[in-house]
Amino acid sequence: MAKRIDVSDLDIYYGNFKAVEGVNLSIEPRSITALIGPSGCGKSTFLRALNRMHEVIPGARVEGKVVIEGQDLYGSDVDPVDVRRQIGMVFQRPNPFPTMSIYDNVAAGLRLNAKKTSKSDMDDLVERSLKGANLWNEVKDRLNRPGSGLSGGQQQRLCIARAIAIQPEVLLMDEPCSALDPISTLAVEDLMMELKEQFTIVIVTHNMQQAARVSETTGFFNLNGVGQPGRLIEYNPTEKIFSNPDEKATEDYISGRFG
Amino acid sequence: MSTSTQQSSAAPETSAPSQGALGGHEKQAPWVPWAVFGAAAVLALGFGLLTSWNIVLFVIYTVVLGTLGTYVLSRVTEGPRKAVDRLVTCLVISAFGIAMVPLVSLVYEVVRRGAARFDAEFFTASLQGIIGPGGGAYHALMGTLIITLLTTLISVPIGLMTAIYLVEYGTGRLKKSITFFIDVMTGIPSIVAGLFAYALFVLIFGPGVRLGIMGAVALSVLMIPVVVRSAEEVLKLVPNELREAAYALGVPKWRTILKVVIPTAIAGLATGVTLAIARVIGETAPLLITVGITNALNFNPFDGRMATLPVYAYYQLTQPGVPPQDAIDRAWTAALVLIMLVMGLNVVARLISRLFAPKTSR
Ligand SMILES: Nc1ncnc2c1ncn2[C@@H]1O[C@H](COP(=O)(O)OP(=O)(O)O)[C@@H](O)[C@H]1O
Ligand SMILES: [Mg+2]
Repeated sequence: MAKRIDVSDLDIYYGNFKAVEGVNLSIEPRSITALIGPSGCGKSTFLRALNRMHEVIPGARVEGKVVIEGQDLYGSDVDPVDVRRQIGMVFQRPNPFPTMSIYDNVAAGLRLNAKKTSKSDMDDLVERSLKGANLWNEVKDRLNRPGSGLSGGQQQRLCIARAIAIQPEVLLMDEPCSALDPISTLAVEDLMMELKEQFTIVIVTHNMQQAARVSETTGFFNLNGVGQPGRLIEYNPTEKIFSNPDEKATEDYISGRFG
Repeated sequence: MSTSTQQSSAAPETSAPSQGALGGHEKQAPWVPWAVFGAAAVLALGFGLLTSWNIVLFVIYTVVLGTLGTYVLSRVTEGPRKAVDRLVTCLVISAFGIAMVPLVSLVYEVVRRGAARFDAEFFTASLQGIIGPGGGAYHALMGTLIITLLTTLISVPIGLMTAIYLVEYGTGRLKKSITFFIDVMTGIPSIVAGLFAYALFVLIFGPGVRLGIMGAVALSVLMIPVVVRSAEEVLKLVPNELREAAYALGVPKWRTILKVVIPTAIAGLATGVTLAIARVIGETAPLLITVGITNALNFNPFDGRMATLPVYAYYQLTQPGVPPQDAIDRAWTAALVLIMLVMGLNVVARLISRLFAPKTSR
């Protein structure tokens, strides 16, 4: 049930500070879109604007349009809670619920929303999500142990399992591998390749090889200076970005000449 | 002063024979400071016997002489840096000792005097028809428990919800003014809280009214700000990432608070509530004017006067009757029971924070 996302003229603010300016792009369904760029250029901010997580920060607001499959995300009759159920998110720092077991963490999306689910359905869902996140074999014998007792990489995969357990249509990932070892990183990348059969995936990454390996389309964000808003400099198929980018700045960034 | 310094620095020469020849910067054996203080104690004893014997003076002399002796000896044998370290150690331990004096002497005195009537009758009998020996504080103990329970039932929901509002929802001027009024409430003298409850109930029931629930209202005025403050601190400690994790799963804010924030903070919340109970359980003044005292059993906080332990102790001590000793003994035992309740609550608070703390074991 992947969905297409169209963003037009999006400006994103923290109070009076304009963090991101004038973004226009279209994200294809059933694909992986990578966002790259130096830190502080607004990648996380942009990502959080896509599922209305941005506005949980006091004073934060958005101008412009984000349209998912014809529906305006910021329309006045749209409930942000519904938006977040359709558009899941994985954060940079793993954040499992410390009071819950591994099982309960995966089940949290349904449990916290008080969705009635039978025990066997829930067991299936937890197993499927943990397998999907490549964590099942490591934790199947200790599903009732606290999730915060796992290693950092395991915790991050637990968070991915938790996010895919609610079967969102779009999955946003903010540097999901920055806390992972290379093997877990590869596992997550394989996982993304599988997940894109069903989901639309948008991933922020600082790892150029990762963007090149997994994504179909890449967006390059940059900012002109401190205190200036970040902008989408170039948005093109990944192959083109990495071989023959339109913009000089993109080429400089990718070849490591700055940032 | 100068003689004592000489004497104490002379004393360790015999007690520290193992100083090496390596320029005197060797490490002291761990028993050396003890030996110095032992010598100081002997000196202080002699000094005390020469003048007039007094335990307080003896302790002061010992500590002063021992500290000076340790410093000088260490300076001679270990060098100035180590000497300052030892001096500060002595000062810190002395300060701790001074701080402990009132606590220990209070507990000692209450236990000593309260033990006389710490018997089964004290916990099973009221004062009805008692003149002279016997009788107990069963009615006062139950009164204290009932009124404290009512206070908790009133204060905890109000306090917790206020704290949740302040941390999770509050913005701008309303939040600022609530915080300000909570601060003001924290400083209200307890007698004022009692007068407030009294005035409130007089408006409804007419003058001279005494009810257990009035006491609970008065104590709530004192307890609510304590609960708000502690709960606020604890809720602020819950990482924002957990809230965001829940929001990102499409969980509404109120469910996030109920199912994620509060469970994560439950240990701290329960500890705070327990300590707040301990704070109000021994209040006397507000109960004196709102609940009064009675000699009979009354378990109904909505009907007439009740006895409570602090007020019971107050009346037993100030209006003991003849002969006075029986009532005074009962007052001390009531004080002992109160202290035990407060200490028990503190232990419970520690147990709660240990039991409910989020588990991170692998
Ligand atoms: N909660 C916040 N409040 C105010 N400013 C913020 C907040 N989060 C990020 N910013 C600002 O927004 C800009 C973009 O940040 P971010 O989106 O985190 O960058 P990136 O993820 O690309 O490193 C930065 O200038 C940062 O200082
Ligand atoms: Mg970021």
